[in-house]
Amino acid sequence: MPAYVTFFRFRSVSGKRSFRSINDPEHPLSLEELNVVEQIRVRVNDQQNTVGVEFTPTIPHCSMATLIGLSIKVKLLRSLPERFKIDVRITPGTHASEDAVNKQLADKERVAAALENSQLLEVVNQCLTSKARTL
Amino acid sequence: MDRSRFMMAADSANLVGLVEEFVLGQQDSKAADTATGLKEEQFTILQLVEALGLHLTNSQPQTRGRGVQLLSSVLQTCHGDLTEGEVEVLLAFYEQRLKDHYVITPHVLQGLKALTKCLVLPPGSAVSILKSLFQDVHVQSLMLAERSCVYNILIQLMESKESELKGLGADFVFGFVQSVDGERDPRNLLLAFQIAGKIINGGYDLGKFTEELFEVTSCYFPIDFSPPPNDPHGITQEELILALRAVLTGTPRFAEFLLPLIIEKLDSDIPSAKLDSLQTLTACASVYEHKELAEFLPGLWASLRREVFQTASEKVELACLAALSALTACLSQSVLNSDSEDYLNIFLDLVLKDCKHHLCEPDLKLVWPSAKLLQATSSASYSACHIVAAAVMPSLIEQYNSRTQCAQRRTLLEVLQGFVQSVRSSQEDDSVLLDFRQSLCGIVFSALSESNAGLQITSMRVLTALGQQTGLLVESDVKLAVDHLSKIILEEIDDSVSLAVVESAGALARLYPAAFISNMVPQLKGNIFSEAMAQGDGAAASQEHSQQALRRRCVTALAAVSSQPSVVQETTPVLIQVLTSAHTGTGSFSLEEVIAVCHSLQRIAEQAEDTEETGRVFHDIIIPRLLGLALQAALNGKDSSDQRSPLVEETVLLAMVPVISITCSRLQSQLAGQTAVRSVSLFLDSDVSFLPENAFPSQFQLLKMHRSDSWRQSQTVCLLMGCVCSLPRGVEIPQVDRLLLELEELSCTCEHPLSYTSAAKCYAGLVNKRPAGEALESVIDRMLKRISTELDSTASSVRTQAFTLLLWVAKALLIRYHPLSTTLTDKLFSLLSDPELGLLAADGFSVLMSDSTDVLHRGCHADVRIMYRQRFFTENSSKLVQGFNSALPEKKSCYLKALSHILTNLPRQVQITEIPALLPLLLEALSCPDQGVQHSTLSCLQPVLLDPPSALINQLEALVGRMLPLTTSPSMKVRIVSLRCVHALSRFPEHEIMPYRARVLRALATPLDDGKRMVRSEAVVARNEWFLLGSPGGR
Repeated sequence: MPAYVTFFRFRSVSGKRSFRSINDPEHPLSLEELNVVEQIRVRVNDQQNTVGVEFTPTIPHCSMATLIGLSIKVKLLRSLPERFKIDVRITPGTHASEDAVNKQLADKERVAAALENSQLLEVVNQCLTSKARTL
Repeated sequence: MDRSRFMMAADSANLVGLVEEFVLGQQDSKAADTATGLKEEQFTILQLVEALGLHLTNSQPQTRGRGVQLLSSVLQTCHGDLTEGEVEVLLAFYEQRLKDHYVITPHVLQGLKALTKCLVLPPGSAVSILKSLFQDVHVQSLMLAERSCVYNILIQLMESKESELKGLGADFVFGFVQSVDGERDPRNLLLAFQIAGKIINGGYDLGKFTEELFEVTSCYFPIDFSPPPNDPHGITQEELILALRAVLTGTPRFAEFLLPLIIEKLDSDIPSAKLDSLQTLTACASVYEHKELAEFLPGLWASLRREVFQTASEKVELACLAALSALTACLSQSVLNSDSEDYLNIFLDLVLKDCKHHLCEPDLKLVWPSAKLLQATSSASYSACHIVAAAVMPSLIEQYNSRTQCAQRRTLLEVLQGFVQSVRSSQEDDSVLLDFRQSLCGIVFSALSESNAGLQITSMRVLTALGQQTGLLVESDVKLAVDHLSKIILEEIDDSVSLAVVESAGALARLYPAAFISNMVPQLKGNIFSEAMAQGDGAAASQEHSQQALRRRCVTALAAVSSQPSVVQETTPVLIQVLTSAHTGTGSFSLEEVIAVCHSLQRIAEQAEDTEETGRVFHDIIIPRLLGLALQAALNGKDSSDQRSPLVEETVLLAMVPVISITCSRLQSQLAGQTAVRSVSLFLDSDVSFLPENAFPSQFQLLKMHRSDSWRQSQTVCLLMGCVCSLPRGVEIPQVDRLLLELEELSCTCEHPLSYTSAAKCYAGLVNKRPAGEALESVIDRMLKRISTELDSTASSVRTQAFTLLLWVAKALLIRYHPLSTTLTDKLFSLLSDPELGLLAADGFSVLMSDSTDVLHRGCHADVRIMYRQRFFTENSSKLVQGFNSALPEKKSCYLKALSHILTNLPRQVQITEIPALLPLLLEALSCPDQGVQHSTLSCLQPVLLDPPSALINQLEALVGRMLPLTTSPSMKVRIVSLRCVHALSRFPEHEIMPYRARVLRALATPLDDGKRMVRSEAVVARNEWFLLGSPGGR
């Protein structure tokens, strides 16, 4: 089943430095390494063409939650065949404004509008730039 | 007399003519004529000056300049012929001219430069030249070439008149500083740095101008220079950096200025500036003494610590650690002369104060950067190591023992490993870790018996590191360690642990062979042969499987520990015994296990220390046993047709070849000669006297085909190949002509592929090493005639055989640059259009161009010239292109295949230069329906695409157009490599590829849904890169 799960290897959102204080300073950590995205919280149904991802913000008040969700969504849109319907949401009970964020992420038009915003798109793209490019 | 006066008159008229034509007629070529006249002694240099007279005093500066120009250009060719008197006059003239109009100055400088090259420079002239130069010329307002002229004059004089210049004292340094101040051209800067370097290292008096000299050079630090595209001068940033670094770090007198500068530049945001600063710091630490560093230690430490704690760049981190090591090493020198304060202790106190507590924090934040910093200091010197270890080890050990979480214990163990490895071992002193020996061993042995794989692996690495330090493992520890390792080998099924245990056992067996011989080898042997009993009671399949896995681990471990001759003597008989029992059928060893045993023997042959003792073991025991077993299987096999020995299987024989070949390639000359005699007489004359057993039929001929089923015998020719083709080049092969004849016969008549291919390879291996000359040529001629007859008759049944021999001999000759190789390779080219052999011939080019593993490589002493591939390519690429153009459409793919084989094997540098010319052909190859051609063309293009030459960029439309359809090719390999190529295209200049973005993104949507995971992940990577193109924050 988890054929599509291998795609999750994002760079951490707020850059490399802030994460050096977490156990392994060798590498800038990815969302996967931070356990924000875990394999067990990814549901793929190949027959019904659906992909669901639940992500866990590092702290309940994480201000980056929407951005992380948006980045995951964009990464999936770019990486999965068009036939899939993509659903990205916060792991229940792990964020203070869970419902608001989920609503934003589920709203196609708001996602599209967000990606029209070049500043926001820039941040999202930076999150998705592969490690090879960074120094 | 009259005649010579007449000549003189004629010459002087001639001279005046030349001068007129140059100065007034503006004919530059006359300068060379004048120089020739002077060389031929038609006139003297002073006569030339006289003839120039009026022009040199002309009121027009341009005319004066032209006059000086003529004189200077003549001097450039004739400065060697001048007398001291002439030089003196000319110098006085030129120095005077420096004060003249600025249009003349360039010519004056040229003349002076020529004069400084004179061997007869009068005493005092160097000083006077420089004084005039510094006084009358403002160097930085000159043009680039003139400035370079001034620097060259300085360099020349520093070389020839060093003592005179030193007499000038600090004035010389001041003059230089003034002339160079503001220089911007990289070529001139290299010259200026050269001069500055000479001033510093040559013992010139810097006087009060030390700081000025530093300022005028350090203002370029750190150098940021990117050469213009198509730069003809080829000056690189690296060159400038090294030249400047040599100046800045050249003298301790710069320390007070340089160190603050480095501290400042370490703050820079530009990574290259940081790196340069760190490398400069490392370089100066080897020149400075503690007293230069003392004042700046806190500042330097603060910067280094900050970088290591915060940086994301591995390069910067490594450079920081290297600099820290260099600083510590420098300070350690101060301990030796006890009159000074102990700066080492002061510095290490700083380091320990900032780092030590991080090793003990509960969450182990920053543990790694701190550990690396401490390890860098402790690796610098014995005394530093002593201080750091005494401060850090007790708390690390205590930490380990008090923690309960595996992850944390593992981290601590890894830190400990780093410390043990960083310890400098010195012969005269005991290891600094001696005091902690017992605690460390205790930790390692307790971790070895943990169930956590990570802990086990790390503890084995620590164990290896401890073993490599003298005195840290005592005999009882070694015994305990071997027991632990044996237990892990026998019981542990985790792959990563098995790998680590084998590695550790291998390293320790090198140091403590006796313990391994007595404790480990018998246990492994017991387990390899124990299955014979277990087999009887109908073991379940899974049990059988785990039994096999256990045996495999034992066999691998046996190979790993065999590096010392004493161990090899114990382990190889066990492995040979496995082969014997597999042959006789007494043990139920599978084919894979037999092959694994051969691989283990090969590994032993590769890694065993190259001593005569090991050579003997292999020569006296292993080779005869292997040959004996293989021959028994070959000769007696047909009797018991129901159960055939695994030793007649092709895979097993091919695994035995490297064992024999590696051994033979390492034999000392006497043993090598003996091997040659033995193996040839065995294969030619059936002489079995050196084989251990005597169960051979009285009559057999290995190289002859009697019946169709004698392939069992004939295929053993591959073992002969292993023996005779790997011996060092000087070893004489007895009866070589008869041997070649029989090999030729076998390779041209036999129908069994392994037999005729091995015979061809063996033939080729021998031909490659034969000395050049008539004997060799006649052998090749005879073979060539025979091959040609077979190849030319389409009815022949052995055309494939003839082709195989042709191919291998062509390779043998090609790699040694033998003149006849062209005849053979041309024949291969002509076979590309052969209806039957075309494809084989195309693939043959891969054999020709790649390194083969069994014969004709350097490891077996073959005669391989460097760059034979490039040479072959340059000589033959046009033949291929022509052949392609004239071939029938259905035959074209063979040419493309051959071309892509050749290109793939060329060094990358050659590929980059050659591919643009072949691009039309390669693009054609991409549309060729043959998937093999597509794959090899793409693989060969992909690395070139990563750094595309402009010819490729111009073909973007064709590249995109042909590659995109291949991403849905039926062949998975083609899909993967074409996606990699499309990915590589995303690195082309953005403005070139933007027009293709939408098209590529659309096309890549299809492989996202590919059936194969490997294809999908390539597609994802490529598509995401293309999405980032031209998007904000993308690139």
